[in-house]
Amino acid sequence: MLRLYVEEKMLSITTFVIVSVIKIVIALAVLLTAVAYTVWLERKLVGRIQNRWGPQRVGPFGLLQPLADGAKFIFKEDLTPPYVYKPLYIAAPILSLVLALTSISLVPIGNWVTVRGVRTPLEITDVNIGLLIILGITSLSVYGVALAGWSSNSKYSLLGSLRASAQMVSYEIALGVSLVGVLIMSGSLNLREIVDMQGGHMAGFIPRWNIFRGQIVAFFVYLAAAFAETNRVPFDLPEAETELVAGYHTEYSSMKFAMFFMAEYANMITAASIATLLFLGGWHGPLGGPWWLQAILPVFWFALKVFGFIFLYIWIRGTLPRFRYDQLMAFGWKFLFPIAVANVLVTSLIVALQK
Amino acid sequence: MPQMFTPSPTLEATGPSTMTLNMGPQHPSTHGVLRLLLEIDGETVVRLMPDIGFLHTGIEKTCEAKFYQQAVPLTDRIDYLCPLTNNLCYVLAVERLLGLEIPPRAQWLRVMLNELTRINSHLVWLGTHALDIGAMSVFLYCFREREDTLRIFEMVSGQRMMTSYFRIGGLALEPPLGMFDTVRKFVNRFPSRVDEYENLLTANPIWLRRTKGVAYLAPEDAIALGATGPTLRASGVDIDLRRDMPYTGYEKFQFKVPISHDGDVFARYIVRVEELRESNEIVRQTLEGVPEGPIKADAPKIVLPDREKMKTQMEALIYHFKIVTEGFPVPAGEVYQAVESPRGEMGYYVVSDGSPKPYRVHVRAPSFANLQALETMCKGRLIADVVAAIGSIDIVLGEVDR
Repeated sequence: MLRLYVEEKMLSITTFVIVSVIKIVIALAVLLTAVAYTVWLERKLVGRIQNRWGPQRVGPFGLLQPLADGAKFIFKEDLTPPYVYKPLYIAAPILSLVLALTSISLVPIGNWVTVRGVRTPLEITDVNIGLLIILGITSLSVYGVALAGWSSNSKYSLLGSLRASAQMVSYEIALGVSLVGVLIMSGSLNLREIVDMQGGHMAGFIPRWNIFRGQIVAFFVYLAAAFAETNRVPFDLPEAETELVAGYHTEYSSMKFAMFFMAEYANMITAASIATLLFLGGWHGPLGGPWWLQAILPVFWFALKVFGFIFLYIWIRGTLPRFRYDQLMAFGWKFLFPIAVANVLVTSLIVALQK
Repeated sequence: MPQMFTPSPTLEATGPSTMTLNMGPQHPSTHGVLRLLLEIDGETVVRLMPDIGFLHTGIEKTCEAKFYQQAVPLTDRIDYLCPLTNNLCYVLAVERLLGLEIPPRAQWLRVMLNELTRINSHLVWLGTHALDIGAMSVFLYCFREREDTLRIFEMVSGQRMMTSYFRIGGLALEPPLGMFDTVRKFVNRFPSRVDEYENLLTANPIWLRRTKGVAYLAPEDAIALGATGPTLRASGVDIDLRRDMPYTGYEKFQFKVPISHDGDVFARYIVRVEELRESNEIVRQTLEGVPEGPIKADAPKIVLPDREKMKTQMEALIYHFKIVTEGFPVPAGEVYQAVESPRGEMGYYVVSDGSPKPYRVHVRAPSFANLQALETMCKGRLIADVVAAIGSIDIVLGEVDR
C-alpha cells in the first residue's frame, strides 16, 4: 500500500539516500529555527497585544532571544524528582519531540525541483497515504503527554495528563472527520495530489482552494480541533497554569521541559501546514517575475499561509479565556463532531450528484 | 514538653475513588499564600478546607507597642491592595475616641482617594480573576490603569502603595499642584477603559460559560456565613456602609450601589465592574468644588504642627517634640469603626486605656469573612470552578492572616 515515489530511471538508490539526508538536515534545521522563532513571534505579538514590548533586549528586536532561551534551558539544573518512574519519565519528552518532528517529514512545501539533474519533491518523503501517516503520528503524541503525567507521580501532573489524554483522543476524531470532506473531493490521501487539485481559479479570480469550494465549515471545525490537539488557548487545559500549575510537565525542568515546549510548537507548525495544504491551496498563489522568483514564490506562499495560521493561534491566545474541562468535552462531542459528520454527509452527497 | 506548633491540618480521603489534592500555599492562583486542602473525585470537589496563616504578620499585636500615630503605616500592610482604606478606617476609629472634628477639605480628599483606592483594588482583582480564567490580556490592560492610580497616590504621598497618607486629625500633606488635573484626566479616560475590559469579557461566550451559574452563593448562606461587600451584594443583599452608615462625608455624594441577584461568579464580576464605574463617578463629584481650608484638625496636642510654625512659634516646637517623643494620650474607651473597603465591611476595633499606645487593635477583615463562603460555593463543582470562585471573592491574604 505504501509506495515511495522514487523515480528509478532518474535516481539510483545512492543518490536517493544522499538527497534524502540533505533534505532531512535542511528540514530539521528549518523546522527547529521555525519553532524557535514561533516562540519569539508569539512573545512579541502577545506583548504588543498586551501593551508590552515583548523581548527586545537580546539582539535587535529581541531576535536573539531564542538562542538565549536555548542556552538557558541547556544550562539549567536538570532536576529529576526521586519519586518518578525513571524510564518513562525520561522517555516521555523524547517521544513527544520525536513524534512532533517526524510528522513534518511528510509535509510538502512546494513542487518538484530539479537540481543538477536530480529531480526531487520539496519534502522528505512523498508517500501516497501521507495524510493518514501524519494523523497516525500526531495521535501517537498523546502517549508523550499521558506517560509524562503518569510517570511523574505527582497529582497535578496526573490530572493534567488525564485531561490531555481525554482531550486529544476526543478532538482527534472531530479533526479526522473534518478532513474527510476534503479527501472525498480530491479522492486522494496524497498531500501533493490534494494540493494539485486546488490550483487555478473559479469564475476567473477566486482561487480553487478547498476552503472556497464548500469546505469552509470543515475548515473551522479543523481550526477548533487543531487548537485542542495542540493544547492551545482556549483549549489549553492540560497545562492550565492557574489550575494545575503546569499540568503534565509540572515535574520537568531544563531540556526535558524544553522538549515538551518544542514539541508543542512543532505540532502547531504541523497543524498549520496541514490546514494550508488541505484548505488554503498549499503553495498555490500568484506567480511572476524572473525564473528564480518563480522558483521561490510557491515556498513563500506556503510559508505565508502557515504564518497566517500561526498568527491566528497567537491572536486568539491574546484574546480568549479558557474553557472548563467538561465544557471542552461537551464542545468537542456535542458540537464539533456532529458538524464534522454533517459536513462529510453533505460533501459526499454533492460529490455523488455531480458524478 | 508542651507542643510548640500546631501541626498543619491534613485531610484524609474518605471514599474509595477520591484523592486529596494540596493546592497552595505556592500555587499560581491562590492569590498569595492561601492553602486549600481539596478532596476530589476525579475533578469534582468533594470537600474543601482552607488553611490560613502563611502570611501572619502580627500587625495587630505590633500596634499595641506603637504610639497611635505610629500605627498608621502598619495598617497599610494589612490589606496591601487598598492601603488608604485601611488608613482611613484606623484614623476614623482613633478620631472617634478623641472626638476630633475633621475639616471638610480633608474629608473630601479622603473620599476621593478612598474611591481611587477602590478602583485600584478592583483593577487588580479584575486582572487576576481574568488571568485565572485564562484571559491573559485583561490583566495587563488593568495594570495599565492601575499604574495611573498609583501615580496619583505617589503624587500625594510620595509612595505608590504603602501611602500612609491619612493621619489622625486629617491628612499628611496638602496635595501637590496639578494633582486635581491629573485625577480629572484619569476620571475622564477611565470609563472608556472599563468598556474595553467589558468588550473582552462581558459578552464573551467562554467567559459566560466559565462564570454563569458557577460557585452559587444563596443570600441566606451569604448572610449566615458572614459574607460581605460585593460578594454579599452579588447574592442580592443590598448593604453598603458608604450609603447605610455614611462616614467621612459620603452622604454628600450621589452614587448607586450595584447589586445582583444571581449569586454566581458572573454576578460578582458584574457588581465589581459596576462599582468601578460608580467609584469613578464619585471621584468625579469630589473634583467639583473641593472646599478650601485646612487639611488638619485644629488640635495642636494631637496633630503635628506645620514646619513653618515650628520655626517661628515656640509652642509649635514643644508640641512637635511632645507628640513625636511621647505620643498623645487617648481617652480610655473602646470604639468599633467600620468602612466599606473594596472587599466589604472592614472594621477596626480600638481599645484605649488612656495611655498614648492602643491597648488593643483588632481588625475585622472582609477577606477573612468571605473566605468562609468558599466551601459552600465549591462543593460538588470542578477544580476549575474553585479557581474561579477564589478569584470571585477577591481575597487578600495579608488581610486574612493579619
